[in-house]
Amino acid sequence: MRFLINGQAHDLAPDIRTSVLDLLREHLRLTGTKKGCDQGACGACTVLVDGERINSCLALAVQYQDRAITTVEGLPFASGLHPLQEAFIEHDGFQCGYCTPGQLCSAVGMAAEIERGVPSVLTEDLTVETMELTLDELRERMSGNLCRCGAYNGIVDAIAATFGPEKAR
Amino acid sequence: MKEFSYARADDTPSAVQLGNAHPGTKYLGGGTNLVDLMRETIEAPEALVDVTGISQDIEMLPEGGMLIGAGVKNTTVAAHREVRMRYPMLARAILAGASGQIRNMATVGGNIMQRTRCLYFYDGAARCNKRAPGIGCDAVEGFSRYHAILGASPSCIATHPSDMCVALAALEAVVHLEGPAGARTMALNEVHRLPGERPDLETELAPGELITAVELPSLPFVARSNYRKVRDRSSYAFALVSVASALDIGPDGIVRDVRLALGGVAHKPWRAAAAERALIGKPASEENVRAAAEIELAPAQTYRDNGFKVELAKRVIVASLDDLARRAAL
Repeated sequence: MRFLINGQAHDLAPDIRTSVLDLLREHLRLTGTKKGCDQGACGACTVLVDGERINSCLALAVQYQDRAITTVEGLPFASGLHPLQEAFIEHDGFQCGYCTPGQLCSAVGMAAEIERGVPSVLTEDLTVETMELTLDELRERMSGNLCRCGAYNGIVDAIAATFGPEKAR
Repeated sequence: MKEFSYARADDTPSAVQLGNAHPGTKYLGGGTNLVDLMRETIEAPEALVDVTGISQDIEMLPEGGMLIGAGVKNTTVAAHREVRMRYPMLARAILAGASGQIRNMATVGGNIMQRTRCLYFYDGAARCNKRAPGIGCDAVEGFSRYHAILGASPSCIATHPSDMCVALAALEAVVHLEGPAGARTMALNEVHRLPGERPDLETELAPGELITAVELPSLPFVARSNYRKVRDRSSYAFALVSVASALDIGPDGIVRDVRLALGGVAHKPWRAAAAERALIGKPASEENVRAAAEIELAPAQTYRDNGFKVELAKRVIVASLDDLARRAAL
């Protein structure tokens, strides 16, 4: 099976039962992506596939051959950290940090959804095509990522500072 | 997880052929439910046929309806311009379900075929007639906050977890199927079964049949419709009670047509047909809506922890139709 991860092709022969999450962590030693619940409830395992965020724990690797998978290790710009990572540091977007890689990938995917005009359950008028990232919208759209430390205020601030309409609050 | 073989279908005929080559084969969509159930060993298919590469289109039908391919992702349906304009209750129902990540993975067909999230179904140490027919049900006398109040049986009080399907029930969507015996269609409202004595049998699909598409009829008045969901936290939680509704009011204030379906209350998405019948031809007053809701909920049977759902369902019906009536009056 061929996998495209962070721009690199890997030819691997994992057990058919392997999830994308276990493929990353156990076969490629890309341990940035975290295993929280392993049942799609916490979002710690969030990665991007062709730019869209998914839960890698619920994804059978065999289904994701030849798709462009981006993990937290693939997020940084050539110059260093991704602007969102800088914002997480700036706004104290974590305590223990275990949920952080998932939060980062999820937020990048979410920003792309806003860009594409994907509505949310809070979108008042579904006929509107331009979505705005209010703080309520941000919390709703990020609800698939739990933080057991409860660093939500910092997380929200960091994401709003990076992708919000006014960039910084 | 038990080992399985895997094949990716290139088109519908090959999917159905692969899906019927061996007993114990299951079709695999986004995997958000099936993979989890396999990991819990509640599901143990011998073969998976990946159908995420087929049935990818959303087509406008000449008579005004819409045909949504079973392989289309939930996010794609909810974000589709025509769905948002013409069937807002469907877009809203999808967006009220799961998380952004899961909606990006889950397919329309898989959403319909997902299984209950009853805690006793998931708990291998509990008795569950779905997992082991005839063994008994620990939910009936257990923690039943999330369980059914309509159409349940002593064998099973589980609910169907889908939000999307509640809107499809209200819309009278038609499910397109392809099986070894050929193609056929089935009303979405006929797809899911009530538990009766056999809660392990959840749908009327024949073994090896594959959902290829969901057809939405042309229903112009649904352009004003909504989906209200009450849950224990404001996002990323299954419904305690949800209501999909649409209301067609004449200039005289009389209800010409109404669509109502409930989620979180039954083993299937619950079309509230009795309430609809009670409302048509009457003014959409709060009193009339409340009376219609009373009729629908009259047969409700409650268990230790879910008695609140009866009054909650009535109130959500009243609030939903009140919202639509106000918007119609604008």
